[in-house]
Amino acid sequence: MEIVMAIVVGILFMTATYLMLSKSLLRIIVGTGLLSHGAHLLILTMGRLKRGSAPLLGEKGPYTDPLPQALILTAIVISFGVTAFFLVLAYRAYKELGTDNIEKMRGNRGNE
Amino acid sequence: MSLLHLAIIAPLLYAILVPLFYKSFRQIHTGWFVLPLPIILFAYFFSYISTTRHQAIVMETLNWIPSMGINFTAKVDGLGLLFALLITGIGSLVILYSIYYLSKTKEKLNTFYTYLLLFMGAMLGVVLSDNLIVMYAFWELTSFSSFLLIGYWYQREKSRYGAQKSMIITVFGGLAMLGGIILLHLMTGSFSITEIIAQAHDIVNHSLFIPALLCVLLGAFTKSAQFPFHIWLPDAMEAPTPVSAYLHSATMVKAGIYLVARLTPVFAVDGLWVWLVAGFGIVTLFWGSFSAVKQTDLKSILAFSTVSQLGLIMSLLGVGAAALHFPGVEDNLYIVATTAAVFHLINHATFKGSLFMVAGIVDHETGTRDIRKLGGLMHFMPITFTIAIIGTFSMAGLPPFNGFLSKEMFFTGMLHVLELDLFNFQSVAILFPIIAWIASVFTFIYSMMLVFKTFTGKHQPEKLDKKPHEAPIGMLISPTILASLVIIIFFFSNSLLSENIIEPALAAIFPGLLTEGTGFMVHIDIWHGFKPELFMTLGVIAFGILLYLTYPKWRKIYKLFPDKLALNRLYDGILERAQNGSNRLTNSYMTGSIRSYLVYIFTFFIIILATSLFVKNAFKLDTSKVSSIGIYELLLALFIVIGAISTVFAKTRLASILLLGAVGYMVSLFYVLFRAPDLALTQLVIETVSVALFLVCFYHLPKLRKEDSRVRFKLMNALISVGVGIMVTLIALSAHSNKFFQSISQYYIENTYTEAAGKNMVNVILVDFRGFDTLFEITVLAIASLGIYGMIRLRLTRGDEE
Repeated sequence: MEIVMAIVVGILFMTATYLMLSKSLLRIIVGTGLLSHGAHLLILTMGRLKRGSAPLLGEKGPYTDPLPQALILTAIVISFGVTAFFLVLAYRAYKELGTDNIEKMRGNRGNE
Repeated sequence: MSLLHLAIIAPLLYAILVPLFYKSFRQIHTGWFVLPLPIILFAYFFSYISTTRHQAIVMETLNWIPSMGINFTAKVDGLGLLFALLITGIGSLVILYSIYYLSKTKEKLNTFYTYLLLFMGAMLGVVLSDNLIVMYAFWELTSFSSFLLIGYWYQREKSRYGAQKSMIITVFGGLAMLGGIILLHLMTGSFSITEIIAQAHDIVNHSLFIPALLCVLLGAFTKSAQFPFHIWLPDAMEAPTPVSAYLHSATMVKAGIYLVARLTPVFAVDGLWVWLVAGFGIVTLFWGSFSAVKQTDLKSILAFSTVSQLGLIMSLLGVGAAALHFPGVEDNLYIVATTAAVFHLINHATFKGSLFMVAGIVDHETGTRDIRKLGGLMHFMPITFTIAIIGTFSMAGLPPFNGFLSKEMFFTGMLHVLELDLFNFQSVAILFPIIAWIASVFTFIYSMMLVFKTFTGKHQPEKLDKKPHEAPIGMLISPTILASLVIIIFFFSNSLLSENIIEPALAAIFPGLLTEGTGFMVHIDIWHGFKPELFMTLGVIAFGILLYLTYPKWRKIYKLFPDKLALNRLYDGILERAQNGSNRLTNSYMTGSIRSYLVYIFTFFIIILATSLFVKNAFKLDTSKVSSIGIYELLLALFIVIGAISTVFAKTRLASILLLGAVGYMVSLFYVLFRAPDLALTQLVIETVSVALFLVCFYHLPKLRKEDSRVRFKLMNALISVGVGIMVTLIALSAHSNKFFQSISQYYIENTYTEAAGKNMVNVILVDFRGFDTLFEITVLAIASLGIYGMIRLRLTRGDEE
């Protein structure tokens, strides 16, 4: 199963990279969303996908590893916060600048 | 701290007081407050002569960074003392001269004397430090204070240009010298010059010896304006004339000479040193004197003349270094060259100092330094004229002035090259006396031009800004003293200099040559009989007069040398190219487009990871530990892949938002399947909120247009993203196949209830075992929400103003 998951994660990273390389802001945000999904699944996969009970003491052991789950939980919340911020930032940037093309969002060149 | 240390840094300390004097006593010229210090120092160093003349060396150590062997070790020996006396002696005279030269109302005297004192202290530090790092620190301080002094009239563009140029060139050499010092330290384990000299014979075959030699020489050549680094010196003439007289004739430019003389016992063991020092010296001598003739500005002539005289001293030091290869001091032919170098060093300081002061007086009293406008000043300025005659005749090497003596010894030294059978010198030895002789002819010509074009001929009052008249008496004191020294040294060189100054200096340059109880016997003859040197001098005078009189006819020779090939053009070109080149380089990759930066980052990511996987042979696939594949998981994985890939091809914004949401929900289903209930919950809620947020913004979000980029770009993006995906997969697989130690989770499983009284392990880890993560995760959320609020509510730039 881990091999399949590694490939899924690879594909998530691949699509995320492709979207992040595009010019439209919205695509970039979607890309970051996919990237965080990929990263979370990667953490889960690396913690071994052994079949065990959920990490609740009421269940019968053996349990799955609780530590990666705690890490992912933290990461999910943080990436949500960042995504929400980024989304509003994109919205404001679009309102202020009138474009969503990041190639056109250049200020004055530093050296000139 | 000994008195000696205090004496060395006294100018630096005193510099702090100068602005106070300037502010408090505006009626009195600040120079008067500064003047006593160098005189006291001169007297102090003068008292050391009785010590050094008996070959004794005074060493005082002040700990600075003892753990690294860097201590302020002051060492007074013959060579250091000679320079210290020059620095303080000429320094006193220059300050006296500057009091009359610089106006107390128009000039900012506080900065001038502060810089000058900084320079004086730095220079004393250079020549009296035994520790190379300390010497380097003072060396750079001379570069800095020289930079400040050249740019003293910073309103003038040429001053700034000259200051920058001298800074770039001398600091370039200084850094090279630092490299040489470090290499010396690597070879010998010491920064002390005395200790390094003691090990000179052990390190000569070390592989770092030649690099160290080249680096040190680069430092010395740039500081002493040797070809081709001499170009900064003529531009440094934008400094006030007292500065030119002090720094750029008598002291700073001789720091390189000092360095070469000081390190001769270390490096002259190798023939390369002799070759380079003598070779560059003689080329500089010729080129300086050749270029001086075509100059029309008094100070430019003097600048090129300084370059040429420094070359002369350098070549003598090079030839003199050959003396180390012959035992003993009796019948050692090459010691005469070093003697000549030391002697000419003193002579040059006297006559060049006085000539610069003369140039300053002419400038001050007529308003110009252009020899085409000057002429016939003899009647207006008889004293200045007399001083100028003495200085220039000494420079040209005529009796009865000291330049004659050192020039004769110079010829003697160069003739001895003919007999040098070391380091393959035989093949080109004949060039040395010939070039030396030709250069002397040119020296004679520009010396004559300097004095006769200025003071004789037709007076052209219409071209002058002021009506010329004799300088005030105070301005004449310093050059008069120097000019009298020129004559006194000629007649009394033996009684004054040989025993007291030159012999101890030689002992410092050749510490290994002296055996117990012997000493250098320097005897400078005024008349040494009909020897080849005398005929060479007569030839110089005859040809010099001939060429001087016919100068208008052969002046065209300077036109032959194309201006484009001039070294200044080269320097300016290099500077401009470096600026344009780095600008172009930066512009070529700093495009300002986020996309290209991401391309760099991802490409680097792929390359570095792929290389390390390949080089370290790290890829590994171990299928023994993998868990079995379930049908639900497989289906879910398939859906996720389809969802992710469809986002790339989504044509509308709604589709891409929904697809992202779909992927998120399927991820939460994964969490369900992989026994992570808390994760599944959170993911479900957050995905819902995110999609809601997207949909709330949906109305305002930009329409998803078709990417209007060219196919090539899309292909590149696709290649990079495929690369990233493959790399992540490969690394995940190899990481999974290598597990070196057990997970620490067993501890959590065992202790969740007993230690933390909870049954949900994930929650206990979040709030108990690793509660700090949660605290700051909450902070992140708080900051994000505040940021979002701020972004929506605060519109300082546009909204409110309009």
